[in-house]
Amino acid sequence: MMDRYSLLEKIGLYIAIGIFLIFILLPFFEMFMTSLRPLDHLRSAPYKFWSDEFSFDAYSSMWVTVPKLGRYIFNGVFIAGAVTVLAMIFIIPAAYAFARFEFRGKALTLSLFLAVNMFAGAVLLIPLYRVLRTLGLLNTYFAMIIPGAAFLVPMGIWLLKSYLEKIPKELEEAAYVDGASKMYTLRRVMLPLAGPGLVVVGVSVFIGAYAQQYLFAITFNQNSDYMPLPAGVFEFIGYQDVVWNEMMAASLVGVLPVMLIFLFMQRFLIAGLTAGAIKE
Amino acid sequence: MGKSLPKALSSKSTFAWLLIAPAAAYLCLIVVWPLLETIRLSFTDANIGGESYVGTANYEKLANSKKFAATIGRTFYWMFISVSLKMVLGLLGASLLNAKIPGRAAFRVLVMPPWIIPIAIGCLGWLWLYNGQFGLISGALQYVGITDGPFEFLAYKQSAFYSAIVTDVWVGTPMVAIFFLAALQGVSTDLYEAAYVDGASRWYRFRRITLPQIFPVIVSMALLSAIWTFNSFEIVWILTEGGPRSATTTLIIDTYKTAIASFKFGPGAARAVVIVVLLSIFAIVYMVVLKKLEKRFGSK
Repeated sequence: MMDRYSLLEKIGLYIAIGIFLIFILLPFFEMFMTSLRPLDHLRSAPYKFWSDEFSFDAYSSMWVTVPKLGRYIFNGVFIAGAVTVLAMIFIIPAAYAFARFEFRGKALTLSLFLAVNMFAGAVLLIPLYRVLRTLGLLNTYFAMIIPGAAFLVPMGIWLLKSYLEKIPKELEEAAYVDGASKMYTLRRVMLPLAGPGLVVVGVSVFIGAYAQQYLFAITFNQNSDYMPLPAGVFEFIGYQDVVWNEMMAASLVGVLPVMLIFLFMQRFLIAGLTAGAIKE
Repeated sequence: MGKSLPKALSSKSTFAWLLIAPAAAYLCLIVVWPLLETIRLSFTDANIGGESYVGTANYEKLANSKKFAATIGRTFYWMFISVSLKMVLGLLGASLLNAKIPGRAAFRVLVMPPWIIPIAIGCLGWLWLYNGQFGLISGALQYVGITDGPFEFLAYKQSAFYSAIVTDVWVGTPMVAIFFLAALQGVSTDLYEAAYVDGASRWYRFRRITLPQIFPVIVSMALLSAIWTFNSFEIVWILTEGGPRSATTTLIIDTYKTAIASFKFGPGAARAVVIVVLLSIFAIVYMVVLKKLEKRFGSK
């Protein structure tokens, strides 16, 4: 009853949502329209809103212009996946400790972790470059995975900790009473209960890792075999000409796998966030 | 398994530290050590050839540089405008997505793409939209007669700066909206029902129930967003590389240009240290002011 909207309110809501969505989706719409036009058509002024020569040619020719495109698309997803796995290995135990145990220096340690957010990778590039060189990791997948994960760990710990705190302590205590060890309790009692929370944190970390590959990729990796899409897509910018239609086609096709995965996961994401991950 | 561990491990706090240790060690290697190294480098003239100690020369140069002062001002202005817009649009978007109307599930999915796709890819889309000769926005402006000829958004100081802000807001708003949406859904419906029964209008309920209830989330989101926006690199770099004539050069761009693009590691490190110091001061001031406000105006 309370949530009933009058007809006028409804129209207003849809118009507002429409404007919001136009802002959000405009670049994608234009990217798609661009990908359908022949190049000489794109290079004609004044701007034309419609074209008689729409075709999907760019979607087949792009694989020829940038032969390693498929590899770049795979690399982007692979690196983000590896970052997620690595980050979760560090996040899960630490979040559990912060959520469940009282110990001296807990608040301080937690704030120190969160302070890491202040040092974006770009601030620390010079010494990071040296660390990676010393470890012999430059121009490998690891050059993008290892620093990539570090900056996502604090946020992940914070999210997961808030989620774990919502799980009743009694369940664990019952396990202790039955003689289970702390490790066993973490693995067999907490982890299954924390399932939805883990999905939320995992998806958030993956999105962060997937969205922000560009900087480490252009700075720490020169080997095109390991290059992720956000760096590789710039190969469509040639010495003389930018192949805009193919670049846009490649961008859209390139993000498609992750978009599809996300389409299946988004339900859990919103539900999981709501379930308490960020409520203090 | 627990029984075979040494007795010391059975103490709760030791176990907690053991669980935290891997993450702590990892961050020490990738964040803390490079940070200390950055501080050390900032007192040298390190470059490709080698390095020697120069004392505070790098900092003195920065302190006497009007250009650098302008960059600091520009960065804070960039952060303030962009974060404000993200918070307002994020809250507005979250409220719209929270309305119980048909199509809601689809709207929620449609809002997310800028958050999920690589930032660099989204920037390519905007780069093309901002193109004066062949871009959609310039084309539409000419079509309706607002401008006579093509307008290159990224070629002029003012328009380049605000174009970069629009793109930054576009990238940042969806995540803010989704987190606010989650917070909105966490607000107890009892509160709304009680207010509704008392005849409170929708706007009144928003102001007196929704806002205070999700205020803690807004506050922490704003701080995080401020830090990320301050350090936002990819968007400016891909759109303008800091130009035209430094109009979009924020501290992080200046640092990257100095350290990586020109191989002046020492002066670059000094700029990185300035960023860290400024952000720390900002975060502390932010939290102190917030505490004071909370005290003055009662709980929340």
